[in-house]
This record gives sequence, C-alpha cells and structure tokens, in this order.
Amino acid sequence: MIENKKYILLHISRAKAIARRYFVTNGFDGALTMLGMVTGFHISGMQELTTAISACVGASIALFVSGSCSAYLSEKAEREKELQEIEQALVSELKESYYGEAKLFIPIFVALVNGLSPLLFSLVIIIPIFLAEHGYLLPLPPFICSIVVALVCIFLLGVFLGRISKKFWLWSGISTLLIALVTIAVIIFLGGTYDI
Amino acid sequence: MAKTIRLVLDVLKPHQPNALDFASTLAEIDTDFRVKLTVTEVDKKTESTIIIIEGSNINFTEIKNSIEKMGASVHSIDEVEIVGDIQEE
Repeated sequence: MIENKKYILLHISRAKAIARRYFVTNGFDGALTMLGMVTGFHISGMQELTTAISACVGASIALFVSGSCSAYLSEKAEREKELQEIEQALVSELKESYYGEAKLFIPIFVALVNGLSPLLFSLVIIIPIFLAEHGYLLPLPPFICSIVVALVCIFLLGVFLGRISKKFWLWSGISTLLIALVTIAVIIFLGGTYDI
Repeated sequence: MAKTIRLVLDVLKPHQPNALDFASTLAEIDTDFRVKLTVTEVDKKTESTIIIIEGSNINFTEIKNSIEKMGASVHSIDEVEIVGDIQEE
C-alpha cells in the first residue's frame, strides 16, 4: 500500500518526467560549466591544482544551491497553481489528499534531483585533478583528463536522452558531444584572442 | 448486523490518478473487492465516473476516505445492496 501511495504521488504529479528533464538539463549545465572551467585552466597554463579544485568545487556547490532553490521555488509555485485549479474544478479542498501531499513533497524531490545532478557531474569531472593533486600518475595531464571525463559525461547524457526519446543513442550522444566540442573551440578561440 | 455487498457511487475525480490506478487502489482496500469504474464524462480538469464496488462487507467510510485521498469526491450514492445477517438455528 505504501509503494502504491508513492507510485500515485509520483504519478499524479508527473514528477518522474519532470525530475528526469531536470536531471538532464542541469546535469548538462554542470558538465558544460566544469568543461568550460577546466578548458580555461588548461589553456591559461594554470599549474596550481589546489586552486583549480577549489574553484571547481565552489562552482559545483553554487550549481547545487542554484539548481535546488530555483527548482524548489518554481515547482512549488506550479504545484500550488495546479492544486488551486483542481480544487476549483472539483469544488472541494484537497489539502488532505495525495495532491496536497504532492504539493509538499514533490518540489523537494525535484529540487534535490535538480541540485544533485550538476553537483554529481561536476565532482566526477574534477576527479582526475583531485587524483593528480594527491600524487596519482595519470596517462594525460590532469586538465586534459578532466576534459576527456567531461566529454564522456556529456556523451552519456546524450545517450540517455536518446534512450528517453527512443532515437538512435549514438546519434543523440554525438549531438551533445558536438555541443561540448563547439564550446571548447569557442573557449580556445576566445582564450587565444583575449589571453584568458 | 447488515452488510453492504454492492455500492454504486457517482464520483467526480481529477484526471490523475487515471481510471486504472484509481480502481486498483479501491480494489486493494479488501481482498474480495470487485471494482468497476466507468467514465461517463470528461472535462478539462475532471472526469465524472460511476464506480461499482462489490464485496462481502463494504465499509463505505473507508471507500469514501480512499476516494477523497486520491483527490476525488463522492457526489452521490446511486445504488446499494445490503444483506442482513442470517441467523441459523
């Protein structure tokens, strides 16, 4: 019965689809932000890995807070609007119903997904820099390794999108990868022009 | 004590949970419940439904609470079938 209740809670609010969308959108946001930062560090010839880690962790936390708060506030407003509309249509109060519970819990669930998604991707991307900082030998320079990890993450997000939309996963993965490569190209171009 | 064995309810429900989930939740209230849900009218935000519940001992309050928990409301009880306790000697 509890499983059924959870299912209904998620179902009535279409929360799974919303959370999935937020996971991809903000995950992509986080991965691309880290890719941009790490590429910037690399082309500027930065040697201080501790500073780079601090900057990346700071940005990750900011992405987590920004993602969580924005999703919570917007989702809460959407739920309140939806609840009011259904209450008007049914001419009854729904505070005690699953709709009322969904209004309370779904924004928290969606906010956590939206906040944790960029945090997770960001932390995964900076793992090579962290390992290099702690003396582990990497096959490539740490920033290059992080860029490769970022590209893999972005490719996997594209594959995930392809699976959702039931399109060919490789094409979807390549599409997101192309966006990341264009981003790198723009950063390198601007880095060369303005000497970042 | 008399037992309710069949109830026909006029229920106004939101689109979600859908008819299948709605009826399944009601059927799960008791092991011998048999639920038939017919959607009679669909509006922008709501659906008018006729719900027929059959069982050996239906507790209307429990049914009503479950319906309201899913965001719906009972408009009327359209039909009931009650059996009295048979005292065997």
